[in-house]
Amino acid sequence: MQFLGGNRRKLRLADDQRNACYPHSLQFYLQPPSGNISLIEFENLAIDRVKLLKAVENLGVSYVKGSEQYQSKLEAELRKLKFSYRENLEDEYEPRRRDHISHFILRLAYCQSEELRRWFIQQEMDLLRFRFSILPKDKIQSFLKDSHLQFEAISDEEKTLREQDIMASSHSLGGVQLELESVYKIPFADALDLFRGRKVYLENGFAYVPLKDIVAIILNEFRTKLSKALALTARSLPAVQSDERLQPLLNHLSHSYTGQDYSTQGNVGKVSLDQIDSLSTKSFPPCMRQLHKALRENHHLRHGGRMQYGLFLKGIGLTLEQALQFWKQEFIRGKMDPDKFDKGYSYNIRHSFGKEGKRTDYTPYSCLKIILTNPPSQGDYHDFGFSKRDTLPGSLSEVL
Amino acid sequence: MEAFDPAELPELLKLYYRRLFPYAQYYRWLNYGGVVKNYFQHREFSFTLKDDIYIRYQSFNNQSDLEKEMQKMNPYKIDIGAVYSHRPNQHNTVKLGAFQAQEKELVFDIDMTDYDDVRRCCSSADICSKCWTLMTMAIHIIDRALKEDFGFKHRLWVYSGRRGVHCWVCDESVRKLSSAVRSGIVEYLSVVKGGQDVKKKVHLSEKIHPFVRKSINIIKKYFEDYALVDQDILENKESWDKILALVPETMHDELQQSFQKHHNSLQRWEHLKKAASRCQNNSKNDKCGPWLEWEIMLQYCFPRLDINVSKGINHLLKSPFSVHPKTGRISVPIDLQKVDQFDPFTVPTISSICHELDVISTKEEEKENGAESDIKHRTRDYKKTSLAPFVKVFEQFLENLDKSRKGELLKKSDLQKDF
Repeated sequence: MQFLGGNRRKLRLADDQRNACYPHSLQFYLQPPSGNISLIEFENLAIDRVKLLKAVENLGVSYVKGSEQYQSKLEAELRKLKFSYRENLEDEYEPRRRDHISHFILRLAYCQSEELRRWFIQQEMDLLRFRFSILPKDKIQSFLKDSHLQFEAISDEEKTLREQDIMASSHSLGGVQLELESVYKIPFADALDLFRGRKVYLENGFAYVPLKDIVAIILNEFRTKLSKALALTARSLPAVQSDERLQPLLNHLSHSYTGQDYSTQGNVGKVSLDQIDSLSTKSFPPCMRQLHKALRENHHLRHGGRMQYGLFLKGIGLTLEQALQFWKQEFIRGKMDPDKFDKGYSYNIRHSFGKEGKRTDYTPYSCLKIILTNPPSQGDYHDFGFSKRDTLPGSLSEVL
Repeated sequence: MEAFDPAELPELLKLYYRRLFPYAQYYRWLNYGGVVKNYFQHREFSFTLKDDIYIRYQSFNNQSDLEKEMQKMNPYKIDIGAVYSHRPNQHNTVKLGAFQAQEKELVFDIDMTDYDDVRRCCSSADICSKCWTLMTMAIHIIDRALKEDFGFKHRLWVYSGRRGVHCWVCDESVRKLSSAVRSGIVEYLSVVKGGQDVKKKVHLSEKIHPFVRKSINIIKKYFEDYALVDQDILENKESWDKILALVPETMHDELQQSFQKHHNSLQRWEHLKKAASRCQNNSKNDKCGPWLEWEIMLQYCFPRLDINVSKGINHLLKSPFSVHPKTGRISVPIDLQKVDQFDPFTVPTISSICHELDVISTKEEEKENGAESDIKHRTRDYKKTSLAPFVKVFEQFLENLDKSRKGELLKKSDLQKDF
C-alpha cells in the first residue's frame, strides 16, 4: 500500500467493479488491499476497528454469544462504526472496503506479541462468527466458494439417502428435521476435529457436515490462516516500522489494548452491597454462586472459600469498607462475636486489599489457579464448580 | 513341513535372499511407478543383522542395488520407514534440521497380546485357532472402515509372522497425510479404551455412530462361535465374574443365580441379553435396549490398535516378505477375499520353502542338465514353492496400484490438454 501525505484521494470505481471487489459482507481477508490511502484515513480506520473489536470483546463478556441481545447490540455497533455486516443493504462497497483495509492495518499492530495476537484472533473470530450467523442460507454456498473452501451443500436426494446415518452421527442435530438443515460434503481431512471423535458421518472419504458443525470448521480454518498470516506479518514488520509516519500510530494502537486486566482501580465502587444477592443468581459464575449461597446459609466460609470469593468480590468492584461490612454482617449472623471478627478475620480482608503486610493488591484467582491449587475437601465450598459432583447446588443443568 | 530351527537362519536366509525373495514385485511396489523422482531412493530401510545388530537409514539406488545389499548383509529382519527429503544413507551430510521424513504409507499393527485380558486360551506371544478369530474380525472391521468410510483404495494386509497382522494403506493422498490426521483416523477407529486398571473399557452413548453399528454387525457373525463356544466366556463362575464386572451391580445377584441354573455359555448369554434389555429404573444412565450387550461384545471382540505405530510418519514397520526370526514364518500378504480361511499355522516357514526348493531343484537338474540360465531360474523359483500364491496376492495389489496411477495420469494429462 502506498501512503499519501496531504489531500485525500478516493478511488472512484464503476458500480460493477465495486461489487466485484467485495462480493460479500464478510470475508477471510485472504488478499491485502491495494491502492492509495491518506494517513488520516489510515489512522481513522485503525482506530475505528479497535473500537469495534473492543466492543466485540465487551459484548462477549456481558452477554451470551449468539443470544438476541448480543446479536442486536453487535449489529448496532457495526452500523455505528460503518463496517459491513449484512448482505442486501444499500451501498455496501464503502463499509466492506473499510472492513477490509482496517483489518489489515490492525494486523501490523497486533502481530507483535503472543498476547496481542491471541486477543486479535479471538475478536476477529467472534466477529466472523456473528457475520456468518446472519448470512442468508442461499448466500452461504457462494461465500464458501469465493473463499476457496471446498464445501459443497448436498442435494435433498443425497440427504434423504443418508438421513439415518447423518442423524446418528451428528450431535448438533438433536431432534431437528434433516430436511430443514443444510448438509455439506467436505474431504474428511478437513473435518479432523469432527471425525476423530466420531461426531460426523463419513462415506468414501467425505464428511457429511450439518451447517452448525461447518461453522466450527470454518472458524478453525480462519484461525489457522490468520495465525500464519500474523506470523508472516511479524517478520516483515521492521520494514513497515521504519516508515516514520506509521510507527507512532502502530505503537499507540498496540498499547491501547491493556489486556485481560481486571485491576480493581478501574472498577472501584461499581457494586453496592444490596446488589450482591441478585447479582449472584444472575451474573456470578457457578463457583462463586456456590460460595455466596454457602456463605448466606452457613454465615461462614473456610479460609479457601474466603480467599476465592473475597478476591472475586474485590474484582467486581467491592471496596475495602464494603468488604469489611459484608463479611462482618454475615459472620455476625452466624452468632459470631463482633470482636472476634475484628481480631481474627478483618486483618485478612485488609491484607488481601494490600493494606497490611507486604501490601500486595491481590488479584482474583484465575480459573486455572482455582482448579490446580487447594482442592476442596469436606466442608469446603470453594471449587471450580464443574467437576462431576451431583451435590453441586445450581448444577450445570439447572444453570443452563 | 520341515521344522524350523532358528540356528539354521544364516544358511536359510542366504538361500531365501538369493532364490526366493520377490525383488521385482517388491521394487515395483515401493517405486510407485517412478512418477515422483527419487521416491525409492529416499526411502529408509532398516536391517536387523545376526546378534541383534540394528542398522538404520539404509537406502538404495534401484532394484539391483537393493538385491546386492540384501544378499550381502543377510538381514534377519527388514523394516520399512519413511520417504525422506534426502537419501537416508547420506543423512549425516545434510544440514541440521533439513533431513525430514516427508511421506509414508498409513500403517496399522494389530497384536494379539493386546487382547490378553479377554482371551482365555493363550497369552502374550502365543496364538491358537481359537483366538485367531480376533484377527479375522479385526481385519473385516478395520478394512471395511478404511474402504467405505475413508475411501482408501489400496490396502495391503500382511501376516506379521507370529501373533498379529499389519495393514499398509498405499493410496497416493494417504502417503502425504499429516501425523495429526493419522492420529485422528486411529481415534475414529478406536472403541476399546483403558489399560489394565480399567474394568469396563467400552461405553456407548445413546446415539450409535454408523461405524460402531456396522462393526457390531460384523462381530455378530462371529460372536457365538468365537466367544460362546471357542472362548466359552461364560463357562464357569471364574469366567462369568469377569463379564459381570461389566454389568451394573444391581443385576449381579439375579444373573449369578440364573447362570448357575443354565448349562452352557450360549444359554447364559441369551439370558444376559434379555436381562440387559429390560429397563432399569434406578440410574438415569441406563438405556433400555441392547447397549449393554453390545458393550460386552465390543470389549471382547473389537480391534485394538496401537496409535504409536500409525501416527508417526517416520515409524519403521516390519516389511512384507520379511522372515520372523523366532517362528521362521514369512510375513505374507493376506488375500482379502479369503480372510476367513486364512490360517497362520499353514503360512510357509523359511525352512519349508527352502526345503521345497531343494527338492524341486534336484529333480529339475536330473531333467534339464542346466540348459536354462541362472537368472531365469531365480525369477521363477518362488513360483515353485508354497510362497507362490502369496506373491500372487501381492501382484494383484500391485496391478490395482498401477491401474489407479494410469487413471490419475490420464486425468492430469486431460486437464493439461496433452494429447
